[in-house]
Amino acid sequence: MVKVLEHYHLGENNYKIVFEVPELVKKAQPGQFVVLRISEEGERIPMSIGDMDPEKGSLTVIYQVIGKTTALMATLKPGEHIMDCVGPLGNPSHVDKKGKYMVIGGGIGIAPVHPAAKKARENGNEVFGIIGARTKDLLFFEDEMRKACDHLYVCTDDGSYGEKGFVTDVLKRLIDEGNKPDFILAIGPVPMMKAVCATSKPYDIETWVSVNPIMIDGTGMCGACRVSVGGITKFGCVDGPDFDGHLLDFDELTSRLRMYHQMEKESMEQFEKKQPCYIGLKESSKKSA
Amino acid sequence: MSELSKAERMKLPRQAMPEQKPDIRKVNFKEVPHGYTPEQAMAEASRCIECKKPKCIAGCPVEVDIPGFIRLVMDGKFAEASRKIKETNSLPAICGRVCPQEEQCEVVCTLAKKFTPVAIGNLERFVADYERDNNLTELPEIAPPTGKKVAIVGSGPAGLTVAGDLIKLGHQVTIFEALHKPGGVLVYGIPEFRLPKEIVKAEVDYLKQMGVEVKTSHIVGKLDTIDELFDQDYDAIFIGTGAGLPNFMRIPGENLNGVYSANEYLTRSNLMKAYDFPNADTPIARGKNVAVLGGGNTAMDAVRTALRLGAENAYIIYRRSQVEMPARAAEIHHAEEEGIQFLLLTNPVRFIGNGEGRVERMECIRMELGEPDDSGRCRPVPIEGSNFEIEVDTVVVAIGNSSNPLVPRTTPGMDTNKWGNILVNEETMESSRPGVFAGGDIVTGGATVILAAGAGKKAARAIHEYVMNKE
Repeated sequence: MVKVLEHYHLGENNYKIVFEVPELVKKAQPGQFVVLRISEEGERIPMSIGDMDPEKGSLTVIYQVIGKTTALMATLKPGEHIMDCVGPLGNPSHVDKKGKYMVIGGGIGIAPVHPAAKKARENGNEVFGIIGARTKDLLFFEDEMRKACDHLYVCTDDGSYGEKGFVTDVLKRLIDEGNKPDFILAIGPVPMMKAVCATSKPYDIETWVSVNPIMIDGTGMCGACRVSVGGITKFGCVDGPDFDGHLLDFDELTSRLRMYHQMEKESMEQFEKKQPCYIGLKESSKKSA
Repeated sequence: MSELSKAERMKLPRQAMPEQKPDIRKVNFKEVPHGYTPEQAMAEASRCIECKKPKCIAGCPVEVDIPGFIRLVMDGKFAEASRKIKETNSLPAICGRVCPQEEQCEVVCTLAKKFTPVAIGNLERFVADYERDNNLTELPEIAPPTGKKVAIVGSGPAGLTVAGDLIKLGHQVTIFEALHKPGGVLVYGIPEFRLPKEIVKAEVDYLKQMGVEVKTSHIVGKLDTIDELFDQDYDAIFIGTGAGLPNFMRIPGENLNGVYSANEYLTRSNLMKAYDFPNADTPIARGKNVAVLGGGNTAMDAVRTALRLGAENAYIIYRRSQVEMPARAAEIHHAEEEGIQFLLLTNPVRFIGNGEGRVERMECIRMELGEPDDSGRCRPVPIEGSNFEIEVDTVVVAIGNSSNPLVPRTTPGMDTNKWGNILVNEETMESSRPGVFAGGDIVTGGATVILAAGAGKKAARAIHEYVMNKE
């Protein structure tokens, strides 16, 4: 059993939850992930690590309610427990000295680029950060990212906060202005990561992305998390989760993520019938992160 | 019965195992055989002619005193018979169900020459169940504490065996398991209809009662390394992490939705209870036309699971003929009875999608058998131009596993072969790292429960010697 230390509603369907996992957080590196199981009959879901505090023994996960498991997670109160938080899984991100190191976080993907930005800066990089979301309410970690990066650029699709436009617009502008990065780590929704790679490819900028495919064990045993990289099948859990974005088959990844779409909907509908007020946390403890 | 002469006893018919009828069982997940009644067990035991030089013992990878336990069954001393087996095999209820007896103890039974062999597996299963169901399980004597600590990585058959043997010798034993339930392949891989999970739980509980500590959701190789376990004052470490990295065919379309590894398919259904979706949260494809690729026990488990999940057509696609199938005879027989369709001498060439990322058809090619290869089995050769397609919405690839990289990758100085299997001294199961022992599929590649248990036995003996001679 793993204890929930803090839990906040960030905006729309986004939440921030903090778990007490002192052993795990001592070993966790930027780019790694955990597998969570909320209840006894629950599924195992992979989640990126948003932040870690080895002193407090705490690990932060930012998540979006998209199905039954995340909806159930949103009902948890500080002091309550989930069944498991396993990890740290996967390989750490490349955060060694590159020179101009850029992180691009889109939506929920802002969370995992945060520890990578911190570490890359510690390693002597000049860190550029671009964070973006559909709208102002979905942005988070702006202060944290400002601290972690040398330069931070914020944008929203609808212009409700920061620059109006996509993260790729900002990337293109920075390149045109002579700030071509030596390395990009882009994490966010698949279409965003694909767009970043399409933007960076003509400039031949090494660009890595982090995938979050369907998984069960997270240790290489099940093979559910297969992705194609340069035409070769890799496992997201033991070979990733970061891959060279110029070689990754994003369309296959999108398709594989939708494998259980219909069943996920069914599961969510049943959950909502049984538990109509799962969004309690939204009302009661809205607080900025 | 024992008044009968040898010649008369040999002629007694082998007791058939009572089991669920195929039509009924193919739509439920309950165990297929019901097990012998005490009367049946005694009748079957009386068929043993108590050979002066029994060959069955040598046929058993852990050298169970088979005539000894059968004698006790004959006398109605069932719990004693179970304890007799446990002197050399800690997992009789499991092995009685999943061992390939027809290739081990039963094939060499003297009766097998002229009649049918004594049903050793069925008897093993009966006595173990009898002891457990009647609460006659006795904790063995535990030696005084030695003050030595042993870590076991992985709670499958190898790890459980090592744990059982070492705890009895007075060592402090901790098992680290990556998944949330202990048992390894016994819980995630082998389905309920072949090995009820309550039996695995009983075996694990028995170890816990003896003092074994079990830490689940603890991934050695990630949360801590082998070196870090030594820093935590473990005197020796046993690695039994299994063959956890599924192989794929490497043919076009293999990443289409609906194409599973057997590990994933079985883990969803067994460990995660996806057969009970949406009451359990984990989904699984309930295919109408399901093809399982492979001819081993895992393939049989997967195809029979598919049937129970509602498949209208469940196929085994195997590139050799039935004779070469590595699965237990009982599994093939059960699968046939349940209506599994065997497409033998057939190999898939590619998977074809429906345009929306889901598998819809599979192209296969017919094979013929050529000269024997390195494994001694005839090499399958494709027959040119014999390609054909079948309609499938779910495919399960059950062609074996490679070794899991998590522990080998993070353990400097521990040698592996080119496939990543840990190299060990075959007598002691010790790796090239002193104090690090290994056994089971991580050493041999995909094999059987009993071979893993046998390796565990050897390793436990060597670990005991190692820690007792250590300063």
